[in-house]
Amino acid sequence: MKSWANLAIEKALARRASYADVRVMDIRHRDISTKNGQVGRMSEGESLGIGIRVIAEGAWGFASTDRLTTEGIESCVAEAIAIAKASAMAKRHDVVLAPEQSFVDTWQNPFVKDPFRIPIETQIAVLLAADAEMRKVKGITLAEGSMSFRCIEQLFVSSIGSAIHQMKMQSGAGIVATSFAGEEIQKRSYPNSFGGQHMLRGYELIEELDLVRHAPRIAEESVALHKAEKCPEGKRTIILDSSQLGLQIHESIGHPIELDRVLGMEANFAGMSFLTLEKLNSLRYGSDIVNVVADARLAHGPGLGTFGYDDEGVLAQCTPIISSGQFTGYLTNRETAAAIGQPRSNGTMRAESWNRLPIIRMTNISILAGDRKFEDLIADTDDGIYMETNRSWSIDDRRYHFQFSTEIGWEIKNGKRGRMIKTPSYSGITTEFWNSCDAICSRDFWTLWGTPNCGKGQPMQTMGTGHGAAPARFRNVKVGIASSD
Amino acid sequence: MRKPAKKKKAPHARVSSGHKGLAAHDHRLGQSALRRIAEKIFKLSEADETEVDVSAVTSALTRFANNTIHQNVAEQGVTISVRAVVDGRTARASTNKTDEESLRRVTAAALELAQVQPRNPNLLPMLGPQKLQKVDRFSAKTAAATPADRARAVTSVCKMADGKKQTSAGIFSTSLSEFALANSRGLFEYYQDTRAEFSVTMLEKDSSGWAKATSARIDEINPQALAERASKKAADSRSPREVPPGQYTAILEPPAVLDLVGFLFYDFAGTSVHDQRSCFTGRMGKKLFGGNISIWDDVYHPLQLGPPFDGEGMPRQRVRLVDGGIPVNLVYSRATAKQMKAKPTGHGFSLPTEDGEAPFNLVFSGGSASTEEMIRSTERGLLLTRLWYIREVDPYKKVLTGMTRDGTFFVENGRVAGAVRNFRFNQSIIDMLANVEMMGPAVRASGEEAFDMVVPAMKVRDFHFTEVTKF
Repeated sequence: MKSWANLAIEKALARRASYADVRVMDIRHRDISTKNGQVGRMSEGESLGIGIRVIAEGAWGFASTDRLTTEGIESCVAEAIAIAKASAMAKRHDVVLAPEQSFVDTWQNPFVKDPFRIPIETQIAVLLAADAEMRKVKGITLAEGSMSFRCIEQLFVSSIGSAIHQMKMQSGAGIVATSFAGEEIQKRSYPNSFGGQHMLRGYELIEELDLVRHAPRIAEESVALHKAEKCPEGKRTIILDSSQLGLQIHESIGHPIELDRVLGMEANFAGMSFLTLEKLNSLRYGSDIVNVVADARLAHGPGLGTFGYDDEGVLAQCTPIISSGQFTGYLTNRETAAAIGQPRSNGTMRAESWNRLPIIRMTNISILAGDRKFEDLIADTDDGIYMETNRSWSIDDRRYHFQFSTEIGWEIKNGKRGRMIKTPSYSGITTEFWNSCDAICSRDFWTLWGTPNCGKGQPMQTMGTGHGAAPARFRNVKVGIASSD
Repeated sequence: MRKPAKKKKAPHARVSSGHKGLAAHDHRLGQSALRRIAEKIFKLSEADETEVDVSAVTSALTRFANNTIHQNVAEQGVTISVRAVVDGRTARASTNKTDEESLRRVTAAALELAQVQPRNPNLLPMLGPQKLQKVDRFSAKTAAATPADRARAVTSVCKMADGKKQTSAGIFSTSLSEFALANSRGLFEYYQDTRAEFSVTMLEKDSSGWAKATSARIDEINPQALAERASKKAADSRSPREVPPGQYTAILEPPAVLDLVGFLFYDFAGTSVHDQRSCFTGRMGKKLFGGNISIWDDVYHPLQLGPPFDGEGMPRQRVRLVDGGIPVNLVYSRATAKQMKAKPTGHGFSLPTEDGEAPFNLVFSGGSASTEEMIRSTERGLLLTRLWYIREVDPYKKVLTGMTRDGTFFVENGRVAGAVRNFRFNQSIIDMLANVEMMGPAVRASGEEAFDMVVPAMKVRDFHFTEVTKF
């Protein structure tokens, strides 16, 4: 890896790049899925290549190739330079980067069990056992399970002298029980919907999830949902479970704080942000108890947004995003930090693979735990709805107006959890919603969720992000509009 | 944006936006080179049956925002994917390394993965050679597009935006893709295509407009005309006012139609109905939509792209999915067809998969009405340019939620009466397709939520707009 990277830097500088950085990535994956007692997807793969980013004539160019030969790399460098020169045709000013120091380092996330060394038949057996448990429940029409593993080895080398070797091991799994009856499809997922839980951990994560033990419960709930109450329509107190709150953070905090979006760089596709520059340190984003950080450090936990260094060679950091309800920080890179006069990038540049340009991505965007026990939160609520596990999600292209629904809910009356509610939904305006937060559960109820499927950029890049959250309560929220006839 | 995990990718050779075009020379590896890779693997394989997919993509994308190019990228890559079958078991391994040792390793890995699985009772023998209908989706001019070609077009659009005191953002991409599917029973199929894509958003202080087009042929893309269209939308949607949510007649331009009806595609899969998760479960043969709605899957349609064969090499058939509002046919992979006692239609995904198949070349019947005629005939309604962040709320009623975006207009007494703030909708597509009052001619439409399809503009009564956002 090192010789390829050094060759690329040397050739880029020889072609008069004023800056160059190179990522050589070797990605290995294993994906397994099961459905109704049979193995569905069963594949392994590897992908090795180099991505070369240069500034020439004051503009950016990026090219990538999997031809890792001297000729292939030289050709790729030449193309990156040619692209930069083409970019310069439409430039308004030269690219300016915030200063950054060089690092020579290695980093790896800790894990106990290498998932690629666990026999595949063991992994299939777990999924099929969970599948069998789900299908034992009368009324289940579809039982599905999946596991996925990624091992990403990466060398970053830059023309300012950085050489950073990182290795990430990522594991994830989940199961879903679906029930079709009458005119209705209901489903329950564990531990989360849309692929389950994913973290920078080894196979020990899968063992801890204990899919088989939870399979009967979600299957029973899936069937029971057909007879559950419909979500009422109106304004209600709601309590969100930690996984749904994690997605709420992702959509209504994580995306709007991306500074490239704020500066219009994503306007054509992902959209822009209501968090215009004058709002920094002046907007009341949430209530006093809302504290949110962007934390890529391992100390925050092994989330999908955890790393040693970002893909521009900037050290992982913790940035306060919302502090006691006040909006205090964006996600930046070296270019956008310089554009708004900040002294340094806070390290959020990430690329899906060797063939993609690093762009600003969420790291671990997490709400800090509060002081309430979950049972006390329920007991302290006279009239509300507890909502669990995301089912649908949507938000406008400036991140003001959102609507979410969850797989299941429960009515809360006089401090007690009561009747089951099917497909509860809620909607609102981002800042109004976060300002209505009046209770957050403690660290004992806080989970660092992994969202493996965040899409952004053109060409689209899929990235994993982390979201730590604990159940929280929100007052006076509009509910039920999605399910009204 | 969090992507729905279940959104299916086409089986193969569907080029994602982009291509690499360093210079005006041919980047293709060529059919013979792809065949040689496959033949090497057949020699190395000890499996009962072996299938090899080889894909080669060169793509490039020039991205602009704030009237300047801010990202400009290119990629080149080859993927070799090997499926082994042994004793009724199958598995897949892939690599992008083409050296002898890597090919040996990926071939062995596919076999090892297959050996440790339970037997698959639905697994069929691989296909032998097939006769394919030819399609021509390759343009040498698209393949030869250079960074400078794209930059010139983008620079011109940026200058136009400057002149109009607007801000432009968008992409111009070109790509070239080759794909070969071969198996040890003698099947060898090859497909190549090119793709050019231009998408532009024009912004003003309180408004925006958007336009997008894709084609195999770069000549058919007119960046300047698209930018003019987006620019006019932005100018026309200045000072949006808030009108209350409710049921309105909606006039949806083709990209807005596309992004909604695109959510139907997997419902047409035999597997989806077999699994009872399709909105057509229990509804086949019953009148569901208006009599003016007919839908085909037709890879051979002149406005469509994509290979004429599926993930197993089965020739794709033209399938009538909806006839006069009645869902009449589904698409089937070979295995699903056997399970459901139907005939395979050539729409299967690459194996192994639990997802079966899907139609990727939907073509809707259209009408003859112009958008202007739809507006003139509307007493009170909304004209929609584009929709955004659409997600499924109810899979059986097929209720979708999402937002309007980049040009939402109030229509009153037969004319456009200014711009309005964007709405959230919660709308059943089944109800929508039962309420279509007028349609335009079906055109190739391109959006962001669904793959490109051939759909018309539609005038729909009683569209459910449930809330309003702040802009």
